[in-house]
Amino acid sequence: MNSDLLQLLCFYLFGGVAVIAALMVITLKNSVHAVLSLVLAFFSMACVWLLAEAEFLAIALVVVYVGAVMVLFLFVVMMLDIKQEAVREGFIRYLPVGIIVAVVMLVEMLAMIGVRAMSTHTLGPNPAGESNVAWLGQALYTQFLLPFEIAALILTVGIVAAVALTLRQRAGVRHQTAAQQVAVNASDRVRVVKMAVEHPASVSPAPVVEPPQENAP
Amino acid sequence: MAEQLYDHVLIPILYILAIVLPLVIGVAMFVYWERKVIGWMHVRMGPNKIGPLGLLQAFADVVKLLIKEVILPTNANKFLYYLAPMLALVPALAAWAVIPFSPQVVLANVNAGVLYLLAMTSMGVYGIILAGWASNSRYALLGAMRATAQVISYELAMGMSIVCVLVLTGSLNLTAIVDAQAGSKGILDWFFIPLLPVFVIYFVSGVAETNRAPFDVAEGESEIVAGFHVEYSGSAFALFFLAEYANMILVSFLAAILFMGGWLSPFPASWAFVGHGGFHWLFIKAFLFAFMFLWFRASFPRYRYDQIMRLGWKVFIPITIVWVLVAGCMKYFGWVTIGTGA
Repeated sequence: MNSDLLQLLCFYLFGGVAVIAALMVITLKNSVHAVLSLVLAFFSMACVWLLAEAEFLAIALVVVYVGAVMVLFLFVVMMLDIKQEAVREGFIRYLPVGIIVAVVMLVEMLAMIGVRAMSTHTLGPNPAGESNVAWLGQALYTQFLLPFEIAALILTVGIVAAVALTLRQRAGVRHQTAAQQVAVNASDRVRVVKMAVEHPASVSPAPVVEPPQENAP
Repeated sequence: MAEQLYDHVLIPILYILAIVLPLVIGVAMFVYWERKVIGWMHVRMGPNKIGPLGLLQAFADVVKLLIKEVILPTNANKFLYYLAPMLALVPALAAWAVIPFSPQVVLANVNAGVLYLLAMTSMGVYGIILAGWASNSRYALLGAMRATAQVISYELAMGMSIVCVLVLTGSLNLTAIVDAQAGSKGILDWFFIPLLPVFVIYFVSGVAETNRAPFDVAEGESEIVAGFHVEYSGSAFALFFLAEYANMILVSFLAAILFMGGWLSPFPASWAFVGHGGFHWLFIKAFLFAFMFLWFRASFPRYRYDQIMRLGWKVFIPITIVWVLVAGCMKYFGWVTIGTGA
Protein backbone atom coordinates (compact mmCIF):
# COMPACT_ATOMS: atom_id res chain seq x y z
CA MET A 1 0.00 0.00 0.00
CA ASN A 2 1.74 3.18 -1.10
CA SER A 3 1.33 6.43 0.79
CA ASP A 4 -0.52 8.25 -2.02
CA LEU A 5 -3.30 5.70 -1.98
CA LEU A 6 -3.44 5.86 1.79
CA GLN A 7 -3.71 9.65 1.67
CA LEU A 8 -6.51 9.40 -0.87
CA LEU A 9 -8.35 6.89 1.30
CA CYS A 10 -7.94 9.16 4.34
CA PHE A 11 -9.18 12.12 2.33
CA TYR A 12 -12.36 10.30 1.31
CA LEU A 13 -12.83 9.03 4.85
CA PHE A 14 -12.53 12.46 6.48
CA GLY A 15 -14.43 14.13 3.64
CA GLY A 16 -17.24 11.60 3.93
CA VAL A 17 -17.45 12.07 7.70
CA ALA A 18 -17.52 15.85 7.22
CA VAL A 19 -20.39 15.64 4.68
CA ILE A 20 -22.41 13.25 6.83
CA ALA A 21 -21.85 15.38 9.92
CA ALA A 22 -22.88 18.52 8.02
CA LEU A 23 -26.08 16.78 6.91
CA MET A 24 -26.74 15.70 10.49
CA VAL A 25 -26.45 19.32 11.64
CA ILE A 26 -29.60 20.22 9.70
CA THR A 27 -31.52 16.97 10.10
CA LEU A 28 -31.09 15.95 13.73
CA LYS A 29 -34.03 16.71 16.03
CA ASN A 30 -32.02 17.33 19.18
CA SER A 31 -30.26 20.69 18.96
CA VAL A 32 -27.40 19.59 21.25
CA HIS A 33 -26.75 16.66 18.93
CA ALA A 34 -26.82 19.08 15.98
CA VAL A 35 -24.17 21.28 17.60
CA LEU A 36 -22.03 18.21 18.28
CA SER A 37 -22.37 17.18 14.64
CA LEU A 38 -21.11 20.62 13.67
CA VAL A 39 -18.11 20.03 15.94
CA LEU A 40 -17.49 16.73 14.18
CA ALA A 41 -17.74 18.46 10.80
CA PHE A 42 -15.16 21.05 11.86
CA PHE A 43 -12.88 18.36 13.18
CA SER A 44 -13.08 16.30 9.97
CA MET A 45 -12.33 19.42 7.94
CA ALA A 46 -9.28 20.05 10.14
CA CYS A 47 -8.13 16.51 9.30
CA VAL A 48 -8.63 17.19 5.58
CA TRP A 49 -6.56 20.37 5.91
CA LEU A 50 -3.84 18.38 7.66
CA LEU A 51 -3.76 16.07 4.64
CA ALA A 52 -3.33 19.16 2.45
CA GLU A 53 -0.28 20.09 4.58
CA ALA A 54 -1.91 23.17 6.07
CA GLU A 55 -1.00 22.22 9.63
CA PHE A 56 -1.31 25.68 11.12
CA LEU A 57 -4.75 26.34 9.68
CA ALA A 58 -5.96 22.89 10.71
CA ILE A 59 -4.87 23.27 14.32
CA ALA A 60 -6.10 26.86 14.44
CA LEU A 61 -9.48 25.61 13.27
CA VAL A 62 -9.55 23.13 16.14
CA VAL A 63 -8.35 25.67 18.72
CA VAL A 64 -10.67 28.48 17.68
CA TYR A 65 -13.82 26.80 16.41
CA VAL A 66 -13.87 23.42 18.12
CA GLY A 67 -12.24 24.58 21.34
CA ALA A 68 -13.87 27.94 21.88
CA VAL A 69 -16.69 29.00 19.54
CA MET A 70 -18.58 25.71 19.53
CA VAL A 71 -18.27 25.38 23.30
CA LEU A 72 -20.06 28.71 23.63
CA PHE A 73 -22.68 27.51 21.12
CA LEU A 74 -23.18 24.38 23.16
CA PHE A 75 -23.47 26.50 26.28
CA VAL A 76 -26.24 28.60 24.78
CA VAL A 77 -28.11 25.64 23.29
CA MET A 78 -28.02 23.79 26.61
CA MET A 79 -29.37 26.79 28.48
CA LEU A 80 -32.22 27.27 26.04
CA ASP A 81 -35.18 25.12 26.88
CA ILE A 82 -36.58 24.84 23.38
CA LYS A 83 -39.44 22.67 22.34
CA GLN A 84 -37.66 20.49 19.80
CA GLU A 85 -40.72 19.67 17.70
CA ALA A 86 -41.70 23.31 17.19
CA VAL A 87 -38.27 24.13 15.80
CA ARG A 88 -38.44 21.31 13.27
CA GLU A 89 -41.93 22.14 12.01
CA GLY A 90 -40.63 24.63 9.47
CA PHE A 91 -38.12 22.22 7.97
CA ILE A 92 -40.13 21.36 4.85
CA ARG A 93 -41.62 24.83 4.57
CA TYR A 94 -38.19 26.50 4.35
CA LEU A 95 -36.71 23.77 2.15
CA PRO A 96 -37.17 25.67 -1.18
CA VAL A 97 -35.41 28.74 0.22
CA GLY A 98 -32.64 26.52 1.54
CA ILE A 99 -32.19 24.82 -1.80
CA ILE A 100 -31.95 28.17 -3.59
CA VAL A 101 -29.32 29.41 -1.14
CA ALA A 102 -27.39 26.15 -1.49
CA VAL A 103 -27.44 26.32 -5.30
CA VAL A 104 -26.27 29.95 -5.30
CA MET A 105 -23.43 29.06 -2.93
CA LEU A 106 -22.42 26.09 -5.09
CA VAL A 107 -22.33 28.27 -8.23
CA GLU A 108 -20.28 30.91 -6.44
CA MET A 109 -17.81 28.35 -5.18
CA LEU A 110 -17.41 26.75 -8.60
CA ALA A 111 -16.96 30.19 -10.17
CA MET A 112 -14.30 31.06 -7.62
CA ILE A 113 -12.45 27.81 -8.24
CA GLY A 114 -12.62 28.48 -11.99
CA VAL A 115 -11.24 32.02 -11.62
CA ARG A 116 -8.51 30.76 -9.33
CA ALA A 117 -7.54 28.09 -11.83
CA MET A 118 -7.19 30.69 -14.61
CA SER A 119 -4.99 33.11 -12.69
CA THR A 120 -1.54 32.02 -11.66
CA HIS A 121 -1.17 34.44 -8.75
CA THR A 122 -0.80 32.36 -5.63
CA LEU A 123 1.47 32.38 -2.63
CA GLY A 124 3.69 29.89 -4.36
CA PRO A 125 4.63 26.50 -3.08
CA ASN A 126 5.79 25.94 0.46
CA PRO A 127 9.58 26.33 0.42
CA ALA A 128 11.09 22.98 1.17
CA GLY A 129 12.47 22.43 4.64
CA GLU A 130 10.67 25.39 6.20
CA SER A 131 7.87 24.77 8.64
CA ASN A 132 4.36 25.61 7.57
CA VAL A 133 3.88 27.91 10.56
CA ALA A 134 7.02 29.94 9.89
CA TRP A 135 6.10 30.28 6.25
CA LEU A 136 2.57 31.45 7.02
CA GLY A 137 3.88 33.89 9.62
CA GLN A 138 6.34 35.36 7.14
CA ALA A 139 3.59 35.87 4.59
CA LEU A 140 1.11 37.35 7.08
CA TYR A 141 3.47 39.80 8.75
CA THR A 142 5.33 41.01 5.66
CA GLN A 143 3.38 40.65 2.43
CA PHE A 144 -0.12 40.90 3.94
CA LEU A 145 0.59 43.07 6.99
CA LEU A 146 -1.97 45.79 6.20
CA PRO A 147 -4.95 43.46 5.55
CA PHE A 148 -3.97 41.50 8.64
CA GLU A 149 -3.93 44.60 10.84
CA ILE A 150 -7.23 45.80 9.36
CA ALA A 151 -8.79 42.43 10.17
CA ALA A 152 -7.49 42.72 13.73
CA LEU A 153 -8.97 46.21 14.03
CA ILE A 154 -12.36 45.05 12.73
CA LEU A 155 -12.39 42.20 15.23
CA THR A 156 -11.54 44.58 18.06
CA VAL A 157 -14.39 46.87 17.01
CA GLY A 158 -16.65 43.82 17.06
CA ILE A 159 -15.61 42.96 20.62
CA VAL A 160 -16.12 46.52 21.82
CA ALA A 161 -19.52 46.65 20.11
CA ALA A 162 -20.60 43.37 21.71
CA VAL A 163 -19.57 44.60 25.14
CA ALA A 164 -21.28 47.96 24.60
CA LEU A 165 -24.50 46.28 23.47
CA THR A 166 -24.73 43.96 26.45
CA LEU A 167 -23.46 46.36 29.10
CA ARG A 168 -26.36 47.38 31.32
CA GLN A 169 -26.00 49.88 34.09
CA ARG A 170 -28.48 48.92 36.74
CA ALA A 171 -29.18 51.01 39.76
CA GLY A 172 -28.96 49.56 43.22
CA VAL A 173 -26.35 46.94 42.41
CA ARG A 174 -23.74 46.37 45.06
CA HIS A 175 -20.23 45.90 43.82
CA GLN A 176 -17.16 44.76 45.60
CA THR A 177 -13.98 46.65 44.93
CA ALA A 178 -11.20 44.21 45.52
CA ALA A 179 -8.55 46.93 45.82
CA GLN A 180 -10.45 48.62 48.65
CA GLN A 181 -11.02 45.31 50.39
CA VAL A 182 -7.35 44.44 50.24
CA ALA A 183 -6.26 47.90 51.37
CA VAL A 184 -8.42 47.87 54.48
CA ASN A 185 -6.69 48.16 57.87
CA ALA A 186 -7.59 46.28 60.97
CA SER A 187 -8.28 49.58 62.71
CA ASP A 188 -11.08 50.34 60.19
CA ARG A 189 -12.95 47.22 61.15
CA VAL A 190 -12.17 46.44 64.75
CA ARG A 191 -12.23 48.94 67.63
CA VAL A 192 -10.18 47.93 70.63
CA VAL A 193 -11.84 49.24 73.75
CA LYS A 194 -9.80 49.85 76.87
CA MET A 195 -11.54 48.63 79.97
CA ALA A 196 -10.65 48.51 83.58
CA VAL A 197 -9.56 45.13 84.74
CA GLU A 198 -12.38 43.25 86.34
CA HIS A 199 -11.42 41.17 89.30
CA PRO A 200 -13.21 37.91 89.32
CA ALA A 201 -15.21 37.18 92.43
CA SER A 202 -13.33 34.78 94.59
CA VAL A 203 -14.69 31.50 93.53
CA SER A 204 -13.66 28.46 95.35
CA PRO A 205 -13.91 25.26 93.41
CA ALA A 206 -17.03 23.33 94.03
CA PRO A 207 -16.50 20.77 96.73
CA VAL A 208 -16.26 17.28 95.52
CA VAL A 209 -19.26 15.41 96.70
CA GLU A 210 -18.47 11.83 97.19
CA PRO A 211 -21.37 9.65 96.21
CA PRO A 212 -22.47 7.58 99.11
CA GLN A 213 -20.76 4.28 99.01
CA GLU A 214 -23.25 1.57 98.52
CA ASN A 215 -22.20 -1.93 98.88
CA ALA A 216 -23.55 -4.11 96.20
CA PRO A 217 -25.36 -7.05 97.60
CA MET B 1 3.50 -5.36 3.32
CA ALA B 2 4.24 -7.11 6.59
CA GLU B 3 7.31 -4.96 7.12
CA GLN B 4 5.34 -1.76 6.48
CA LEU B 5 2.66 -2.91 8.86
CA TYR B 6 5.39 -3.52 11.41
CA ASP B 7 6.98 -0.09 10.87
CA HIS B 8 3.83 2.02 10.65
CA VAL B 9 1.44 0.25 12.99
CA LEU B 10 3.15 -1.99 15.52
CA ILE B 11 6.12 0.21 16.45
CA PRO B 12 4.04 3.41 16.94
CA ILE B 13 1.58 1.46 19.09
CA LEU B 14 4.44 0.23 21.24
CA TYR B 15 5.76 3.80 21.55
CA ILE B 16 2.32 5.02 22.56
CA LEU B 17 2.03 2.27 25.16
CA ALA B 18 5.49 3.20 26.43
CA ILE B 19 4.10 6.64 27.26
CA VAL B 20 0.53 5.82 28.30
CA LEU B 21 1.27 2.90 30.62
CA PRO B 22 3.85 4.75 32.76
CA LEU B 23 1.46 7.72 32.74
CA VAL B 24 -1.41 5.64 34.12
CA ILE B 25 0.81 4.07 36.76
CA GLY B 26 2.18 7.54 37.50
CA VAL B 27 -1.36 8.79 38.02
CA ALA B 28 -2.00 5.94 40.47
CA MET B 29 1.16 6.74 42.42
CA PHE B 30 0.36 10.46 42.27
CA VAL B 31 -3.05 9.84 43.81
CA TYR B 32 -1.34 7.86 46.59
CA TRP B 33 1.21 10.65 47.05
CA GLU B 34 -1.56 13.25 47.16
CA ARG B 35 -3.38 11.40 49.91
CA LYS B 36 -0.14 10.93 51.84
CA VAL B 37 0.92 14.59 51.54
CA ILE B 38 -2.49 15.93 52.47
CA GLY B 39 -2.57 13.45 55.33
CA TRP B 40 0.76 14.68 56.65
CA MET B 41 -0.34 18.30 56.30
CA HIS B 42 -3.46 17.44 58.30
CA VAL B 43 -1.27 15.63 60.88
CA ARG B 44 -2.68 12.21 60.13
CA MET B 45 -1.23 9.12 58.50
CA GLY B 46 -2.82 8.94 55.07
CA PRO B 47 -3.34 5.53 53.47
CA ASN B 48 -1.10 2.97 55.19
CA LYS B 49 -3.00 -0.29 55.29
CA ILE B 50 -2.84 -1.83 51.82
CA GLY B 51 0.59 -2.99 50.76
CA PRO B 52 3.87 -1.71 52.22
CA LEU B 53 3.35 1.90 53.43
CA GLY B 54 -0.07 1.81 51.78
CA LEU B 55 1.54 1.86 48.32
CA LEU B 56 -1.09 -0.43 46.81
CA GLN B 57 -3.99 1.76 47.98
CA ALA B 58 -4.45 3.40 44.56
CA PHE B 59 -4.51 0.04 42.80
CA ALA B 60 -7.05 -1.29 45.24
CA ASP B 61 -9.19 1.78 44.52
CA VAL B 62 -8.90 1.18 40.78
CA VAL B 63 -10.03 -2.43 41.16
CA LYS B 64 -12.90 -1.30 43.36
CA LEU B 65 -14.01 1.27 40.78
CA LEU B 66 -13.75 -1.15 37.88
CA ILE B 67 -15.97 -3.81 39.44
CA LYS B 68 -18.65 -1.31 40.43
CA GLU B 69 -21.78 -0.83 38.38
CA VAL B 70 -21.99 2.15 36.03
CA ILE B 71 -25.36 3.66 36.83
CA LEU B 72 -27.33 5.45 34.12
CA PRO B 73 -29.55 8.17 35.61
CA THR B 74 -33.21 8.30 34.63
CA ASN B 75 -33.85 10.19 31.39
CA ALA B 76 -30.14 10.69 30.85
CA ASN B 77 -28.95 10.93 27.28
CA LYS B 78 -27.42 7.46 27.04
CA PHE B 79 -25.09 7.99 24.08
CA LEU B 80 -23.61 11.26 25.32
CA TYR B 81 -23.52 10.01 28.91
CA TYR B 82 -21.17 7.19 27.93
CA LEU B 83 -19.29 9.27 25.36
CA ALA B 84 -18.37 12.08 27.77
CA PRO B 85 -15.76 10.25 29.90
CA MET B 86 -13.97 9.16 26.74
CA LEU B 87 -14.07 12.70 25.34
CA ALA B 88 -12.45 13.88 28.56
CA LEU B 89 -9.75 11.22 28.58
CA VAL B 90 -8.74 11.10 24.90
CA PRO B 91 -7.41 14.69 24.64
CA ALA B 92 -5.72 14.34 28.04
CA LEU B 93 -3.77 11.35 26.73
CA ALA B 94 -3.33 12.60 23.15
CA ALA B 95 -1.59 15.76 24.37
CA TRP B 96 1.30 13.62 25.60
CA ALA B 97 2.28 12.78 22.02
CA VAL B 98 4.33 15.96 21.61
CA ILE B 99 5.97 16.10 25.06
CA PRO B 100 9.75 15.70 24.67
CA PHE B 101 11.39 13.75 27.50
CA SER B 102 14.98 14.28 26.39
CA PRO B 103 16.57 15.64 23.19
CA GLN B 104 15.79 12.53 21.14
CA VAL B 105 12.98 10.93 23.08
CA VAL B 106 9.69 12.33 21.76
CA LEU B 107 6.83 10.50 20.12
CA ALA B 108 5.99 13.19 17.57
CA ASN B 109 8.50 16.00 17.08
CA VAL B 110 6.05 18.26 15.25
CA ASN B 111 6.76 21.87 14.39
CA ALA B 112 3.43 23.12 15.70
CA GLY B 113 3.76 21.23 18.98
CA VAL B 114 2.55 24.02 21.25
CA LEU B 115 -0.46 24.69 19.02
CA TYR B 116 -1.31 21.00 19.08
CA LEU B 117 -1.17 21.07 22.88
CA LEU B 118 -3.50 24.07 23.01
CA ALA B 119 -5.90 22.31 20.64
CA MET B 120 -5.94 19.16 22.74
CA THR B 121 -6.39 20.91 26.07
CA SER B 122 -9.21 23.04 24.69
CA MET B 123 -11.00 19.91 23.47
CA GLY B 124 -11.05 18.45 26.96
CA VAL B 125 -13.89 20.86 27.77
CA TYR B 126 -16.33 18.77 25.74
CA GLY B 127 -16.03 15.85 28.11
CA ILE B 128 -16.94 18.09 31.04
CA ILE B 129 -19.80 19.99 29.46
CA LEU B 130 -21.38 16.90 27.89
CA ALA B 131 -21.08 14.92 31.12
CA GLY B 132 -22.91 17.68 32.94
CA TRP B 133 -25.66 17.99 30.38
CA ALA B 134 -26.17 14.31 29.61
CA SER B 135 -26.51 13.35 33.29
CA ASN B 136 -29.91 15.04 33.51
CA SER B 137 -29.05 16.45 36.92
CA ARG B 138 -29.13 20.03 38.19
CA TYR B 139 -25.95 19.71 40.19
CA ALA B 140 -24.05 18.14 37.30
CA LEU B 141 -25.24 20.85 34.90
CA LEU B 142 -24.24 23.63 37.31
CA GLY B 143 -20.85 22.03 37.82
CA ALA B 144 -20.32 21.68 34.09
CA MET B 145 -21.24 25.32 33.51
CA ARG B 146 -18.83 26.47 36.17
CA ALA B 147 -16.03 24.22 34.96
CA THR B 148 -16.45 25.22 31.33
CA ALA B 149 -16.56 28.95 32.02
CA GLN B 150 -13.47 28.61 34.17
CA VAL B 151 -11.52 26.55 31.65
CA ILE B 152 -12.33 28.89 28.78
CA SER B 153 -11.36 31.97 30.81
CA TYR B 154 -8.06 30.63 32.04
CA GLU B 155 -7.15 29.17 28.67
CA LEU B 156 -6.72 32.73 27.41
CA ALA B 157 -4.27 33.69 30.15
CA MET B 158 -2.46 30.39 29.68
CA GLY B 159 -2.24 30.85 25.91
CA MET B 160 -0.96 34.41 26.25
CA SER B 161 1.73 33.36 28.72
CA ILE B 162 2.84 30.63 26.33
CA VAL B 163 2.99 33.29 23.58
CA CYS B 164 5.71 35.06 25.60
CA VAL B 165 7.81 31.88 25.52
CA LEU B 166 7.16 31.53 21.79
CA VAL B 167 8.25 35.13 21.17
CA LEU B 168 11.58 34.54 22.92
CA THR B 169 12.13 31.16 21.26
CA GLY B 170 10.86 31.91 17.78
CA SER B 171 9.52 28.39 17.41
CA LEU B 172 6.43 26.35 18.21
CA ASN B 173 8.47 23.18 18.62
CA LEU B 174 8.79 22.04 22.24
CA THR B 175 12.25 20.55 21.68
CA ALA B 176 13.39 23.86 20.20
CA ILE B 177 11.92 25.69 23.20
CA VAL B 178 14.04 23.63 25.60
CA ASP B 179 17.12 23.97 23.39
CA ALA B 180 16.69 27.75 23.44
CA GLN B 181 17.13 27.67 27.21
CA ALA B 182 20.42 25.81 27.02
CA GLY B 183 23.48 27.77 28.01
CA SER B 184 26.59 27.69 30.11
CA LYS B 185 24.99 29.23 33.21
CA GLY B 186 22.52 26.49 34.02
CA ILE B 187 19.47 27.73 35.89
CA LEU B 188 20.14 31.38 35.01
CA ASP B 189 19.51 30.62 31.33
CA TRP B 190 15.95 29.46 31.80
CA PHE B 191 12.91 31.40 30.68
CA PHE B 192 11.38 31.76 34.12
CA ILE B 193 13.75 34.65 34.92
CA PRO B 194 12.86 37.11 32.13
CA LEU B 195 9.27 35.82 32.12
CA LEU B 196 8.72 35.54 35.88
CA PRO B 197 5.24 37.15 35.97
CA VAL B 198 3.90 35.02 33.14
CA PHE B 199 5.54 31.93 34.60
CA VAL B 200 3.54 32.43 37.79
CA ILE B 201 0.41 33.19 35.75
CA TYR B 202 0.97 30.09 33.64
CA PHE B 203 1.13 27.79 36.62
CA VAL B 204 -1.77 29.37 38.49
CA SER B 205 -3.83 29.23 35.28
CA GLY B 206 -2.83 25.59 34.96
CA VAL B 207 -4.21 24.94 38.43
CA ALA B 208 -7.42 26.76 37.51
CA GLU B 209 -7.68 25.02 34.15
CA THR B 210 -7.51 21.58 35.72
CA ASN B 211 -10.21 22.67 38.19
CA ARG B 212 -8.03 21.98 41.19
CA ALA B 213 -8.08 23.60 44.61
CA PRO B 214 -8.20 26.50 45.37
CA PHE B 215 -10.07 26.92 42.07
CA ASP B 216 -12.20 23.79 42.42
CA VAL B 217 -15.60 25.47 42.64
CA ALA B 218 -16.59 23.29 39.69
CA GLU B 219 -16.73 20.38 42.10
CA GLY B 220 -17.22 22.33 45.31
CA GLU B 221 -18.42 19.66 47.71
CA SER B 222 -20.17 22.12 49.99
CA GLU B 223 -22.20 23.73 47.19
CA ILE B 224 -22.88 21.35 44.32
CA VAL B 225 -21.89 17.94 45.68
CA ALA B 226 -19.21 16.90 43.19
CA GLY B 227 -19.84 18.93 40.07
CA PHE B 228 -20.14 17.57 36.57
CA HIS B 229 -19.32 13.94 37.41
CA VAL B 230 -21.72 13.61 40.34
CA GLU B 231 -23.86 11.02 38.53
CA TYR B 232 -20.94 8.91 37.32
CA SER B 233 -19.91 5.77 39.11
CA GLY B 234 -17.56 2.87 38.58
CA SER B 235 -15.26 2.86 35.57
CA ALA B 236 -16.84 5.95 33.98
CA PHE B 237 -15.90 7.96 37.05
CA ALA B 238 -12.44 6.39 36.95
CA LEU B 239 -11.96 7.76 33.44
CA PHE B 240 -12.75 11.32 34.60
CA PHE B 241 -10.42 10.85 37.52
CA LEU B 242 -7.65 9.60 35.23
CA ALA B 243 -8.17 12.51 32.83
CA GLU B 244 -8.00 15.09 35.62
CA TYR B 245 -4.79 13.70 37.06
CA ALA B 246 -3.21 13.16 33.62
CA ASN B 247 -3.96 16.83 32.93
CA MET B 248 -2.34 17.89 36.21
CA ILE B 249 0.81 15.95 35.37
CA LEU B 250 0.72 17.41 31.86
CA VAL B 251 0.58 20.97 33.20
CA SER B 252 3.50 20.16 35.50
CA PHE B 253 5.58 18.80 32.63
CA LEU B 254 4.70 21.80 30.48
CA ALA B 255 5.69 24.25 33.21
CA ALA B 256 9.03 22.43 33.44
CA ILE B 257 9.52 22.39 29.66
CA LEU B 258 8.37 25.90 28.82
CA PHE B 259 9.88 27.84 31.70
CA MET B 260 12.28 25.64 33.66
CA GLY B 261 14.54 24.27 30.96
CA GLY B 262 13.01 20.84 30.48
CA TRP B 263 15.69 18.19 30.68
CA LEU B 264 18.53 20.72 31.14
CA SER B 265 20.57 20.67 34.32
CA PRO B 266 20.18 23.61 36.74
CA PHE B 267 23.93 23.60 37.33
CA PRO B 268 26.48 25.20 34.99
CA ALA B 269 27.57 22.93 32.17
CA SER B 270 31.18 23.03 33.41
CA TRP B 271 30.30 21.11 36.59
CA ALA B 272 31.09 17.43 36.51
CA PHE B 273 28.23 14.93 36.50
CA VAL B 274 25.43 17.21 37.79
CA GLY B 275 26.02 19.68 34.95
CA HIS B 276 24.74 17.26 32.33
CA GLY B 277 21.13 17.31 31.24
CA GLY B 278 18.95 14.25 31.15
CA PHE B 279 15.38 13.12 31.46
CA HIS B 280 15.79 12.74 35.23
CA TRP B 281 15.95 16.55 35.55
CA LEU B 282 12.67 16.86 33.69
CA PHE B 283 11.05 14.34 36.01
CA ILE B 284 12.40 16.08 39.13
CA LYS B 285 11.08 19.46 37.96
CA ALA B 286 7.72 18.04 36.94
CA PHE B 287 7.45 16.29 40.28
CA LEU B 288 8.05 19.57 42.11
CA PHE B 289 5.29 21.28 40.14
CA ALA B 290 2.94 18.35 40.65
CA PHE B 291 3.72 18.50 44.35
CA MET B 292 2.72 22.17 44.36
CA PHE B 293 -0.76 21.16 43.18
CA LEU B 294 -1.13 19.11 46.35
CA TRP B 295 0.48 21.78 48.49
CA PHE B 296 -2.04 24.34 47.22
CA ARG B 297 -4.89 21.98 47.88
CA ALA B 298 -3.98 21.46 51.50
CA SER B 299 -3.09 25.12 52.13
CA PHE B 300 -5.64 27.43 50.54
CA PRO B 301 -9.34 27.86 51.12
CA ARG B 302 -11.54 27.75 48.03
CA TYR B 303 -11.87 30.89 45.93
CA ARG B 304 -15.30 32.37 45.49
CA TYR B 305 -16.61 32.02 41.94
CA ASP B 306 -16.74 35.72 41.03
CA GLN B 307 -13.24 36.16 42.47
CA ILE B 308 -11.95 33.43 40.17
CA MET B 309 -13.41 35.19 37.16
CA ARG B 310 -12.06 38.53 38.31
CA LEU B 311 -8.57 37.07 38.77
CA GLY B 312 -8.61 35.50 35.33
CA TRP B 313 -10.04 38.33 33.26
CA LYS B 314 -9.03 41.47 35.11
CA VAL B 315 -5.65 40.53 36.53
CA PHE B 316 -4.01 37.72 34.58
CA ILE B 317 -4.99 38.58 31.01
CA PRO B 318 -3.90 42.26 31.19
CA ILE B 319 -0.56 41.28 32.76
CA THR B 320 0.11 38.65 30.09
CA ILE B 321 -0.78 41.07 27.28
CA VAL B 322 1.67 43.63 28.66
CA TRP B 323 4.31 40.95 29.09
CA VAL B 324 3.94 39.81 25.49
CA LEU B 325 4.93 43.35 24.57
CA VAL B 326 7.82 43.25 27.04
CA ALA B 327 8.97 39.90 25.65
CA GLY B 328 8.81 41.34 22.15
CA CYS B 329 11.02 44.23 23.26
CA MET B 330 13.41 41.79 24.97
CA LYS B 331 13.76 39.89 21.74
CA TYR B 332 13.91 42.90 19.43
CA PHE B 333 16.30 45.09 21.42
CA GLY B 334 18.31 42.16 22.73
CA TRP B 335 17.68 42.89 26.43
CA VAL B 336 18.13 39.23 27.26
CA THR B 337 20.44 36.71 25.68
CA ILE B 338 18.21 33.74 26.44
CA GLY B 339 16.73 32.12 23.38
CA THR B 340 19.05 33.95 20.99
CA GLY B 341 21.66 31.25 21.13
CA ALA B 342 24.19 33.66 22.65
